[in-house]
Amino acid sequence: MDRLWAWLDDRVGLEPVRHLMAQKTVPRHRHSIFYYLGGMALFLFIIQLGTGLLLLLYYEPGVSTAYESVRRISGEIPFGWLIRSIHRWSADIFIGVLAVHMFTAYQMKAYRRPREVTWLTGVALFGVALAFGFSGYLLPWDDIAYFATSVGTQVAGVFPLVGKALLQLMRGGEDVTGATLARFFALHVVVLPFAALGLLGLHLLLVQRHGMSVPPGVTEKGRPRPFFPDFLMHDLVGWTLALALLAALAALLPAGLGPKADPFASAPADIKPEWYFYAPFQQLKMIPAHIGPFEGEVLGAVGFAVLGLLFALVPFLDRRAAREESSRAFSIAGWVVFIYLVGLTCYAWLH
Amino acid sequence: MDEHDRPLSPADPTPAGRRSFLDWLLGLSAFGTAAAIVYPVVHFVFPPPRPKGRAKGAVLAAQTSELAPGSGKVFPLGTRPAILVHTPDDKWRAFTAKCTHLSCTVTYRDDMNMIWCPCHDGRFDLTGKNVAGPPPRPLAEFTVVLKGDEVYVTEEAERG
Repeated sequence: MDRLWAWLDDRVGLEPVRHLMAQKTVPRHRHSIFYYLGGMALFLFIIQLGTGLLLLLYYEPGVSTAYESVRRISGEIPFGWLIRSIHRWSADIFIGVLAVHMFTAYQMKAYRRPREVTWLTGVALFGVALAFGFSGYLLPWDDIAYFATSVGTQVAGVFPLVGKALLQLMRGGEDVTGATLARFFALHVVVLPFAALGLLGLHLLLVQRHGMSVPPGVTEKGRPRPFFPDFLMHDLVGWTLALALLAALAALLPAGLGPKADPFASAPADIKPEWYFYAPFQQLKMIPAHIGPFEGEVLGAVGFAVLGLLFALVPFLDRRAAREESSRAFSIAGWVVFIYLVGLTCYAWLH
Repeated sequence: MDEHDRPLSPADPTPAGRRSFLDWLLGLSAFGTAAAIVYPVVHFVFPPPRPKGRAKGAVLAAQTSELAPGSGKVFPLGTRPAILVHTPDDKWRAFTAKCTHLSCTVTYRDDMNMIWCPCHDGRFDLTGKNVAGPPPRPLAEFTVVLKGDEVYVTEEAERG
């Protein structure tokens, strides 16, 4: 083993890796449990890559084959239901973990200097995850998928100036058709994975370079914990539990498949998007048709976009945190938005 | 120094028996987890045989008027191509159209009165027997039924 290491080190230069492994530590304080969220998101992302790759062995894009191939995966291929259900559940949980990871990083002010770029890559990764969810939802080509995509792309279409072009770009035409399915498939299996791996690489590199951020005003308890093997062992326990949870959810609540998409049928009565789009979905349902001179749906869609933009730019807005001072206004604003979004999500879920 | 800071080293005071038992238990769990992942994945990767996507029955291969004596045509029989031949002595025969050499699709050559595979010049006579070239076996034959001016071919009564 030592000789193999020496051989590789000689040719590849592994010493920096050994150095990193020996030096990497994780601070200890009363909020340090939140440091596990990034690793958990990474684990779920790897599950998505693995199960997604397996599903690609049988999935056949195209209006006459997509639905049939998904039905075959769930019904005929050994353990196909398991792989597909884990892919669905892991996607849902992945986005939930990312959301909490982002919210806790926000509240711990981890975005402050010098970690602005780490923050921006994280927000971009969340956007990529949402795009993964949205594009993947259409691929089974069942009725819910079809109408959810019709509505979702229509929302993009209401944006002033760029909406029409955006709609055409997403749908590959006026309506949701086989052209849309082809685009979403390419996006889901080629474009987004490349984007995610690039952003993730940069994000992780920056985390190694700057180390974990300790919130301003928090005192550390004792020596930092070594990452190898202490922290990683704790990570492994969490990952094992996550895997068990995914297997249980997949077995008890496997991914379903509705009737095949029919553009000439009416939308199913209880149509809803995935849970992470509940908040904008509910917002668009509740907003009046007209507010002053503006159309309600335009205002709702633009409002969410502005909120996202402010969130991404927070390292440059929160000047107090940049000076290592407490910035209560940003903490409170974060809680208000969080409670608002969770409230809308729960409301949509219950109705 | 809290409990987490205690170094894990062979000098640890945990009794050796308990330690090796825990190691064994951990290894077993790791193996079990790995097996629970590998088993479904391996089975998933190999697809089950596709059920024949049709009832075993007759396929309308051609109208009698389509094929003069001394001609043939390739038609789909289920998921595979088959060849219907109207022989010069006015008999109807049907065979699989996949050459027994390397699975190219054969054709009828009226200049030779033979079934001929263009890929490697394999030749079959009009009973499906391999008579020249590389094909190692005769073509499997199907049953032909004439009903009025329609020619039906059934796969189930395959001979040869």
